[in-house]
Amino acid sequence: MMLALEMFRSVSRTMAGKAIGGRMPGVLSGFAAPLRLVTIDEPRVERPGWARLRTRLSGICGSDLGALSGRTSLYFSAVVSLPFVPGHEVVAELLDDCEDLPAGTRVVIDPVLACAARGVEPCEACASGATNRCARITVGQLSPGLQTGFCHDTGGGWGQQLAAHRSQLHPVPDGFSDEQAILIEPVACAVHTALRAGVRGGDRVLVSGAGSVGLFATLALRELTEAGEIIVVAKHPHQRELARELGATEVVAPGEVLRRVRRSTGAFQLEPEFSTPYLLGGVDVAVDAVGSRQSLETALQATRAGGRVVLSGMPAGADLSAAWFRELEVVGTYASARSDDAFGRATELVATDAVQQLAKSVASYPLHRWREALDHAHSAGRLGTVKVAFSPGSAS
Amino acid sequence: MSRPGFVLEVDDRTPPLVVHEGLGFRLESFPLGTRVVYPPESIPTVPDVEEAIREALLHPHDSEPLPALLRPGMRLTIAFDDLSLPLPTMRAPDIRGRIIEQVLTLAAEAGVDDVHLIAANALHRRMTAAELKHIVGERVFRSFYPQGQLYNFDAEDRDDLAHLGTTDKGEDVEISKRAAESDLLVYVNVNLVAMDGGHKSVGIGLASYRSLRHHHNAKTMVESRSFMDHKHSAMHHSAWRMGRLVKEHVKVFQIETTLNNDVFPRPFDFLQKREWEWSVKDQATMLGVRRGMSVAPLRMRHRMFHDLRSVYGLTGVNAGEVEAVHERTLQKVHQQHLVEVQGQSDVLVMGVPYLGPYNVNSSMNPILATCMGLGYYFNSYRGRPVVRKGGAVILYHPLNEGFNQLHHPSYVDFYEEVLAESTDPAVVGEKYEQQFAQDPWYIHLYRTSHAYHGVHPFYMWYWAAHAMDHVDEVIWVGADRRVAARLGFRAASTLADALEMASGTVGSSPSITYLHNPPHLLADVR
Repeated sequence: MMLALEMFRSVSRTMAGKAIGGRMPGVLSGFAAPLRLVTIDEPRVERPGWARLRTRLSGICGSDLGALSGRTSLYFSAVVSLPFVPGHEVVAELLDDCEDLPAGTRVVIDPVLACAARGVEPCEACASGATNRCARITVGQLSPGLQTGFCHDTGGGWGQQLAAHRSQLHPVPDGFSDEQAILIEPVACAVHTALRAGVRGGDRVLVSGAGSVGLFATLALRELTEAGEIIVVAKHPHQRELARELGATEVVAPGEVLRRVRRSTGAFQLEPEFSTPYLLGGVDVAVDAVGSRQSLETALQATRAGGRVVLSGMPAGADLSAAWFRELEVVGTYASARSDDAFGRATELVATDAVQQLAKSVASYPLHRWREALDHAHSAGRLGTVKVAFSPGSAS
Repeated sequence: MSRPGFVLEVDDRTPPLVVHEGLGFRLESFPLGTRVVYPPESIPTVPDVEEAIREALLHPHDSEPLPALLRPGMRLTIAFDDLSLPLPTMRAPDIRGRIIEQVLTLAAEAGVDDVHLIAANALHRRMTAAELKHIVGERVFRSFYPQGQLYNFDAEDRDDLAHLGTTDKGEDVEISKRAAESDLLVYVNVNLVAMDGGHKSVGIGLASYRSLRHHHNAKTMVESRSFMDHKHSAMHHSAWRMGRLVKEHVKVFQIETTLNNDVFPRPFDFLQKREWEWSVKDQATMLGVRRGMSVAPLRMRHRMFHDLRSVYGLTGVNAGEVEAVHERTLQKVHQQHLVEVQGQSDVLVMGVPYLGPYNVNSSMNPILATCMGLGYYFNSYRGRPVVRKGGAVILYHPLNEGFNQLHHPSYVDFYEEVLAESTDPAVVGEKYEQQFAQDPWYIHLYRTSHAYHGVHPFYMWYWAAHAMDHVDEVIWVGADRRVAARLGFRAASTLADALEMASGTVGSSPSITYLHNPPHLLADVR
């Protein structure tokens, strides 16, 4: 038996979270959270290529908070299997040998549960290495679940143990702290984002948001592309500093974005009636790293005609007029693809001094303090934290 | 008989003195021994304005009379100063309109048909039709504006610019093509202060950025000591070189006017009297105004002040060759503004009023307030600055009016982006001036809306470059602290606090001079 946080089906709590969670995030760690601390059986490992892992650290991601607050679109209800143990950003150690990896190996996991993990023939996407686009995420030997942490059978990082397939495992280099390693998965997503952004040499890029998604996207864009100016939208003072350290050329407050982009690109600004202003002209590429309506519209309004808008945060509904009128390429970026060698590149990026320093600010909580942890995660930006995580093995 | 300006030394009997601070004023008790420089009272005006204009046109200096320069079939262009002069705006009829009427009458008598009237606004904002009408008068406006023969100069209209060459210092001279290719260019000016007029009228008022950049920069401004004294102003030296080049291409007939110091109309005329001479009525008015302003919202105070129209008297009008005219103009300006001041002081105190050249019918944003205080008022000297090198300047202004998005869009970016990086005029000019000057959006707004040119906030900052270079401390009394900090200065609640803050620079018992301005004055520091 093990301790784990379990997300369960509760229409009333989900509705309450959806109704007021945005304005009062505190209720999501109180009565409105469809989450409970339970003692359950450890995940079973019965098929080859699978192994049990003991969680050392598991991050709280924006998509986790979205799911708990009911903000996540019901679109995703078909690709999860309730109840499940959340947690897809995981540093763990193997309890069993797993093919070439001996028990005791410290690993991070690529959470996507693609064809290999499901024991089915590779779909077209998986065969080409685009594992994050797997077409079989609801079938095979596992319950539906787009990732570890959304699947009933595998468990997740918010429990003391979980199960993972060899195709998901990436050994952590010696010398990496757990706090550093926990950043590999989100940085891998950022690597994929940077590659999906299609940045050409000298392009001006806007990153809307300076939470962990935005900061890591900034790092990846700077290190892996030939982006020229990178303008980052940051709300809080520490985010501004971090954005600069990770490669931003300019950091602006949310209310200043259009004015600043207009200035640096020489665009024209229009003021529609009863609506927000937008630019004719603007950046070549904009990355929405928040997923809110405001952030996405900012990205759309600040991108030049024919430019590209990258949805890095899980997107909310927004006015897509600009996408039509300005012929924008709106592209999604989900998780990371094996063909990108995203985890390998992310591991290199996490080894840099800037990210090492960042790792020191990771705040970890034991499972029984989950309400405080979620409160902290909701206010991470304001409190100067880039990542909040659970350490299921610790007692305090 | 008007009394000359003088320097008062504050003693026990000195009442609290008026200090302007944006959309209001305060009565300040200065430390004993403070020198207060009062401007001269208004000097005598010409007895008959129409006759004085006629006399000037018919008997110009170093030039043939205007009628002799006019002939049928010629191209005549009349350029005139824009709404940045005078300050406050003159009550109608504006002196420029009265002069233009007479020039047009003579032109009509001579059979001149091809006449254009151009507001010499350089990189200032386009004036509205109503503002143009106020300057030229209704009759001229109705006759020329609908036909498109009365308009604002457009310094970004490449088709209407003529590059006349370069000076011996390599300065480009590019001005209005219509003006440059005219058979006669008549310029009608209002020479409110000593820096105005002369070759600055055509050489700057009708010039493009390509020309202006040569003298509107931090280096030139630091070397203009002061720009109220054209013989010691690097900016004017440049303008003079350009003006002489213009003269080789086009005949300029300069008409310059000088005004007296009747800045404040009733009931605000107590503001230009000496405080100890206020009548009971003046005191009652002052109390009423202060009480009213203390409860009035900002917008109402703004309207109250900006609706003021001054009843200036004309003290002189001279016409003819530019330099000959300007010599005579300056004599009148000096007669009206000069005050002899013996020696420099440790601290210079100035109140920044609600109005400067670039916020007529608009807002005095923090950059304009800086330009007004550290630019125009600080430079209101001849000889040496009123404050010693390494001294302190104390200014009064709340710095709380914000920005007018219609008139000053590039100022917002300058404040938010440029000043956040550096407040050094040379540094910001080097890095950002070109970007702002060539920004297509600012150019679009300058040409089609009523926005100052994108580069204009840099010029405002350059105006203050000499003061920033000269003094070690600038403190704003009553200012928003965050705004003052963004500008690179400090803010204090009271004069006593400001002096305390400045004590590290000037000691605990510094010599203090307060420039009681407006009305305008020019300190002749010996």
